[in-house]
Amino acid sequence: MRLRLERRATASRVMLYASPLAAVALSLLAGALLFALLGRDPWMALRIMFLSPLQSRDGLAELALKATPLALCAVGIAVACRANVWNIGAEGQFTMGAIAGGGVALAAGDGGGALLLPVMLLAGVLGGMAWAAIPAFLRTRFNAHEILTTLMLAYVATQVLGWLVHGPWQDPEGFSFPQTRQFPPNALLPALLPGTRLHVGALLALLSVLAGTVLLGRTLAGYRLQVVGLAPAAARYAGFSGNGAVWLGLLVSGGLAGLAGVCEAAGPIGQLTPVISPGYGFAAIIVAFLGRLHPVGALLASLLMALLYLGGEGLQITLQLPLAATGVMQGMLLFFLLGVDVLILYRVRLDVGAVHV
Amino acid sequence: MHATRRTLIGTALAAPALLTARQAAAQAAMPIAFVYVSPIGDAGWTFQHELGRRALDRELGAAVKTSFVENVNEGADAERVIRKLASDGNKLIFTTSFGYMNPTLKVAGQFPATRFEHSTGYKRAENLATYSARFYEGRTVSGMVAGHMTRSKVLGMVAAFPIPEVLQGINAFALAAQSVQPGTQVKVVFTSSWFDPGKERAAADTLIAQGADVLTHHTDSTAVVQAGEEKGIPTIGYNSDLSRFGPKTCATSIMMDWDAYYLRRVRAALDGSWTATDTWDGMAKGMIRMAPLGANVPPAAKAAAGAAQAAIMAGQPAFAGPIKDQSGQVRVAAGSAMEDKDILSMNWLAEGVQGKV
Amino acid sequence: MLESGSAVAVALGIAVATLRAAAPLLLAGTGELVTERSGVLNLGVEGTMLVGAACGFIGTVIGGPALGLLCAAAAGAGMSLLFAALTLGLLANQVAAGLALTIFGIGLSALVGFDYQGQPLPGLATTLFPDLATRPPLVQQVMLLDPLVWLAVASPFAAAWFLRTRPGLLLRAVGESGEVSFALGYSVRRIRLWAVLFGGVMSGLAGASLSMAYTPMWSENMVAGRGWIALALVVFSAWRPVMLLFGALLFGFVTIAQFQAGALGIDVSPHLLATLPYLATVVVLVLISRNSARLRLSAPAALGKPFHVPS
Repeated sequence: MRLRLERRATASRVMLYASPLAAVALSLLAGALLFALLGRDPWMALRIMFLSPLQSRDGLAELALKATPLALCAVGIAVACRANVWNIGAEGQFTMGAIAGGGVALAAGDGGGALLLPVMLLAGVLGGMAWAAIPAFLRTRFNAHEILTTLMLAYVATQVLGWLVHGPWQDPEGFSFPQTRQFPPNALLPALLPGTRLHVGALLALLSVLAGTVLLGRTLAGYRLQVVGLAPAAARYAGFSGNGAVWLGLLVSGGLAGLAGVCEAAGPIGQLTPVISPGYGFAAIIVAFLGRLHPVGALLASLLMALLYLGGEGLQITLQLPLAATGVMQGMLLFFLLGVDVLILYRVRLDVGAVHV
Repeated sequence: MHATRRTLIGTALAAPALLTARQAAAQAAMPIAFVYVSPIGDAGWTFQHELGRRALDRELGAAVKTSFVENVNEGADAERVIRKLASDGNKLIFTTSFGYMNPTLKVAGQFPATRFEHSTGYKRAENLATYSARFYEGRTVSGMVAGHMTRSKVLGMVAAFPIPEVLQGINAFALAAQSVQPGTQVKVVFTSSWFDPGKERAAADTLIAQGADVLTHHTDSTAVVQAGEEKGIPTIGYNSDLSRFGPKTCATSIMMDWDAYYLRRVRAALDGSWTATDTWDGMAKGMIRMAPLGANVPPAAKAAAGAAQAAIMAGQPAFAGPIKDQSGQVRVAAGSAMEDKDILSMNWLAEGVQGKV
Repeated sequence: MLESGSAVAVALGIAVATLRAAAPLLLAGTGELVTERSGVLNLGVEGTMLVGAACGFIGTVIGGPALGLLCAAAAGAGMSLLFAALTLGLLANQVAAGLALTIFGIGLSALVGFDYQGQPLPGLATTLFPDLATRPPLVQQVMLLDPLVWLAVASPFAAAWFLRTRPGLLLRAVGESGEVSFALGYSVRRIRLWAVLFGGVMSGLAGASLSMAYTPMWSENMVAGRGWIALALVVFSAWRPVMLLFGALLFGFVTIAQFQAGALGIDVSPHLLATLPYLATVVVLVLISRNSARLRLSAPAALGKPFHVPS
């Protein structure tokens, strides 16, 4: 007697939407158990983790704020992954975008007016693209695998930022601390919701989701990209350039990551500091996969991840739960999400005394 | 529950000066929060602040209700955490890392009735005080010890980043050692990370290989002291008493003691006399203490250390001229001493120090 | 005898330092290489290393190094078993599952190790040679190469040998195509399970090499990204174990060299020096990857693709 998985004829639409709900339910139960083991009231802990961030205007704004860079990066990574291009180093493109955009802001000084911000954002996109172009070039010209090159360049980007804020771009009135001048007011992203930190970047994230969906679903370039990812031999036969897909995937994900970076620097931070990203580029990878490599899915997954972060903070603050516990909780939730997803493509069958392979 | 908290804040906003003993007694314990940049662990920068928080609980008992949040990223996350702590009703919030400076300032502006204290920063407001310790005083004392104990006249320093506070320490260390054995060199390796035991270990090994026979560090792990213990090289610990990691070789440690400062400030908040001051205390006020000297410290070194400590506590200035930097330029003329504002923004290394800022 | 400043001593010092720095990368990298050769991509190396580090440390505190190593290996196996259940049993996406494992491992290790933070422990080398600190420098250097370092250096060779044996060829076949291997009558899932478990054990030992030997302590997040470097090095090695040895030594050496340069007072910003290990790895990868045919042949064709047992 054993359980086995039997492939469905077609993907189950019911499970497509039900599996995240089932996963959340399972994680809530497991989480309640974990919190009880740690000596806290399980239901209060769950409420703080999942509901409290949603219960105020400010909380929702912070949720969207935290999800913005995740969504931007994740949409890009999803597009790249469709072409089997693994952009593990979006973190570096994020940093470079922040540097490029920040550089424009610092160079402009008090000038620029209303044009400064769009130029900054463009610079951020170009900065991220340029940084992603390096692994693209190395892959297409030298066959250097982008898993390694993007990751290594991510570390390099962090050091470049460190060098800039410690050295050439250091605020001369900053008592020799590693930071740049604060950006002038016209270099800061306008607030979307007054009284909160939510800025225009959130709209850009939504736009990127739309653009990503259109790219993948409606354009020839996107189609080619996906064929290259799904069936490389067939793509070659059809004349679809594998190299073209690599370039497109890396440039799109690099550009979006760079945009996320400049939005973070010009939004909540307002200057360049040694730490611009608390790991958004890496977290976005899991967001992209949770979203099943679809831009809309990435958006939803980014909101979920943001909720996990905010909820974890809340648990620390309100229940004095160690941060480690929230990491365990996040991991468990992700495990359940991934595990329950199997029911979309497969159904579980119980074999009673049957012959099995 | 939220409504009740907001009402409490509303009352506090309306009558901040009425924090008399009667009202203090009538109110519940004063909620105080700490924001930590790293895990508390069992030794290190954050741990010493945590000791201070525990002192508050111990000494003030029911008059205060302290809490903390650890591992809070500098950057956009910090502002959210600090704001949540303020809006949750905490009356006094300590943010214990330089990178929290601008977020703390922003939130302080939004919560005029809440008091904030930021460590190692330089921006103040009517409700934002700053505080730091003269870490370099401990370096002077330990430099005397190192100067007596070195035979190769090469000392090693594993440091994280070339920021003023680190450079002050390196220079004080070097100058003190050179006063014992002129021509002593201090070799500095920057690891670009506040906490990476593996890197610190590699850096320590490198310094030993290059002839350093006494090591110290300005990082947050115990790796350097452990490297010394393994190789039989004397070390000087930092942040906390690290002798248990180097029972045979740890000569002493430079310890931060925030207990007295925190007690003083909280008591001031409780009785209404709190104002936004700037505190930069050292050994005289007990903020910097030296761990007991190890058995491997020769008597001459012990005597010199004791004398140096007594001199500092009697008010002898640390950076008294003549002091030249690495390029030979005179930074402090003979007969004069460095002023606080110059010490605060120190961005150079003294003659005899090998390393690049 | 030779003093600590002489050229031989300095060279030996650098060599030993390089080996010690490369050890965790070699252990975790070899494990992951074998896993990936079987077709499974396990991005949970960092989390597994942390859990291994915590459990190895705790085991050593409770019952000495032998128990510590056992605990670390068991912890690594446990983590990878979780991963295997998700990816081999429930056919979950391997990339996401691995990342989830890392997040879980970071948190779990911190929880488990909470009470053991700040506990001092003599390093593995000191436990084996109690008078290590008093030995002359050259002897000391050699003694510092503890058993885990030797294991680390030996692993790529052992893996290279294994991959040429019959079971190893089978593993490679499974990594090239699960369907074909299954059609030939082999249990794809079982072979991959063994590969994943092996990878987990090696990652656990890699973490232990940090917490028991290199920097004998437990502290949250002490692996500090080495798991990711190990993953990158597997790619660098084009899935060939001896290249992995080269890559790990290269990375370790440039890291040490970066610090040597700093200590020698070379006039370059420490930040730019810190980029050297990463840039060196990319440059060397470019140099060795230029033969495109060779690269297409070296990535296991079934890497990352779930295999479903047909019914």
